[in-house]
Amino acid sequence: MSVLLQIDNAARQFGSFAALKGVSLAIEPGELVALLGPSGSGKTTLLRLIAGLDFLDGGRIAFDGVDGNALSLRDRRIGMVFQSYALFRHLTVRDNVAFGLRARPRQERPPSAEIDRRVRDLLALVQLDGLEGRFPSELSGGQRQRVALARALAIEPRVLLLDEPFGALDAKVRKDLRAWLRDLHSRTGHTTVFVTHDQDEALELADRVAILHQGRLEQVGTPDAIYDHPATPFVCSFLGETNRLPVEVQGGQAWLDDQPVYAASTTNVIGPADLYVRPQHLKLDRPDVSPLAGVVEFVRRHGAIRRAEVAIRGLSKRLDVDIGGEIAPSHGERVGLRIQKAHLFAAA
Amino acid sequence: MSDASLAADALPVGRPTGHRTVARGESAVVRVVLIGVGLGFLALFLALPLAIVFLEAFARGWGAYRAGIADPDSLSAIQLTLLVAAITIPINVVVGIAGAWAVAKHEFRGKSVLVSLIDLPFSVSPVIAGLVYVLLFGAQGYLGPFLKSQGLQIIFALPGIVLATLFVTFPFIARELIPHMQALGNADEEAALTLGASPWRTFLMVTLPNIKWSLLYGVLLCNARAMGEFGAVAVVSGKIRGLTTTMPLHVEILYNEYMSVAAFAVASLLALLALVTLAAKTFLEWRYADEIVATRRH
Repeated sequence: MSVLLQIDNAARQFGSFAALKGVSLAIEPGELVALLGPSGSGKTTLLRLIAGLDFLDGGRIAFDGVDGNALSLRDRRIGMVFQSYALFRHLTVRDNVAFGLRARPRQERPPSAEIDRRVRDLLALVQLDGLEGRFPSELSGGQRQRVALARALAIEPRVLLLDEPFGALDAKVRKDLRAWLRDLHSRTGHTTVFVTHDQDEALELADRVAILHQGRLEQVGTPDAIYDHPATPFVCSFLGETNRLPVEVQGGQAWLDDQPVYAASTTNVIGPADLYVRPQHLKLDRPDVSPLAGVVEFVRRHGAIRRAEVAIRGLSKRLDVDIGGEIAPSHGERVGLRIQKAHLFAAA
Repeated sequence: MSDASLAADALPVGRPTGHRTVARGESAVVRVVLIGVGLGFLALFLALPLAIVFLEAFARGWGAYRAGIADPDSLSAIQLTLLVAAITIPINVVVGIAGAWAVAKHEFRGKSVLVSLIDLPFSVSPVIAGLVYVLLFGAQGYLGPFLKSQGLQIIFALPGIVLATLFVTFPFIARELIPHMQALGNADEEAALTLGASPWRTFLMVTLPNIKWSLLYGVLLCNARAMGEFGAVAVVSGKIRGLTTTMPLHVEILYNEYMSVAAFAVASLLALLALVTLAAKTFLEWRYADEIVATRRH
């Protein structure tokens, strides 16, 4: 497949703070890509650079092979949905959506009947028919967001950019909109890049997830690939809860206090290392046959599952263990733990 | 843990309502005294002087009032005042928007210096401002000989009055716009630009509508001050009767000549201007309160 949006070594400096330190990413037509990272990781900066609202200090961003610096904001054809939506408060929903079409130079501007038709179609697409005459202040948060989306789609964008699209909404609306956006993307096929700090959102929505940390790209891949095969300790701990065990890798085994806790046959890490284990990959076992044994200190409910906190001798932090169908151990009970799956990284 | 938080939650609910009123209010005597002092002050220093202006103006009836205003010197003062306002306000609107735009929407070196410069007229006595212009443009001033050779008269003429008024009224519009524009942020403009609007169209279609009420408010204040300015204009105008006297100067001249009815008649027009400004301001705040709230909300 051809590359629609090519980002090479993008860098941006704000005073003494390096917001982006050389990020490269290629986005193909029709993809839904999430830029995921904690606050200050540079994800919004990257989005603004793609939109042309900020200037690169180094590197290059190209659209269909054309350098972005050679394109005006209009020629970039970026549909941007801002975190605050940035709807024009003095214009009705209809005029907001029509704004981009009416702003075109006279010779490219569609006739007004055509603009009306397109606005109607877009409002039907985002399920806001009948609200054409409302002002933004008369809409709910979710409705405003869909107006912002329709307004961005009106200019037939090359790329749709969404900045924290669900950030300002409450949890219920968030869930509904997420499913709705995924559905809209599969119907319309717009190349979309969205910024989020919510791992679940990124993993659920995106075709590919790009994880940013301190201005660098840590890993890019499908949700399954990055979740199952995190490339760095940061990715591993950012994408879900993990327990970290300081181990020593020798002879294809990870050792914790002279006990072999995990068979590390496929790794090339040798010596001191960190073993990252997700709570669902720790299984309860009989204490006498397990290399890892400890005492249950708490059992709590986390939504659908229960979680035990197990204190292991020699570890300062208790291990989180998910308990599935089996009978929950009681407080103070001595249990053994078996590691089903883990990620090994050489100790920093 | 739950016990403690429950107890804390229950406290305000369980408190008897009678207790609340006592906790909130002072005794009736204190309330009456405080409100009385407040109202008395307002009446004595604001309402009473205003009433006296109108009472004095009509002291010898409608005919005398009309004669005071219809006097050729009075009419020319009114004309000059309107002309000065008509010139200074458009200039201040343009420069004020440009200054507020620069300060509110951009980061640059020397921004704090620019903000201080915008505020400068507030901290300089208008008389000093007038004197500076006399020193600069007057016959004995630095640029006086050059201007004279070009046939330009600034001091003791309309240009000087306009300059002095501009100086004094400059901060009003920019000061009104800066906080509003800062609160609005750049997102709307950025959205318009990504949608393909030209910068000029973005300004006309997005920025201007967003700030229109604070702009109008600034214009009202600016207008009131432009018409009412005394000190700076007094210095640069030379107070040539019927030629360079604005309304406030004319009021002073009439009063000094013991023509109190005519003085108060012209003064009543200025007072009326103040009342209209106040009413328009109140109307704006009342009529567009919803819009202002909507503005602040997102």
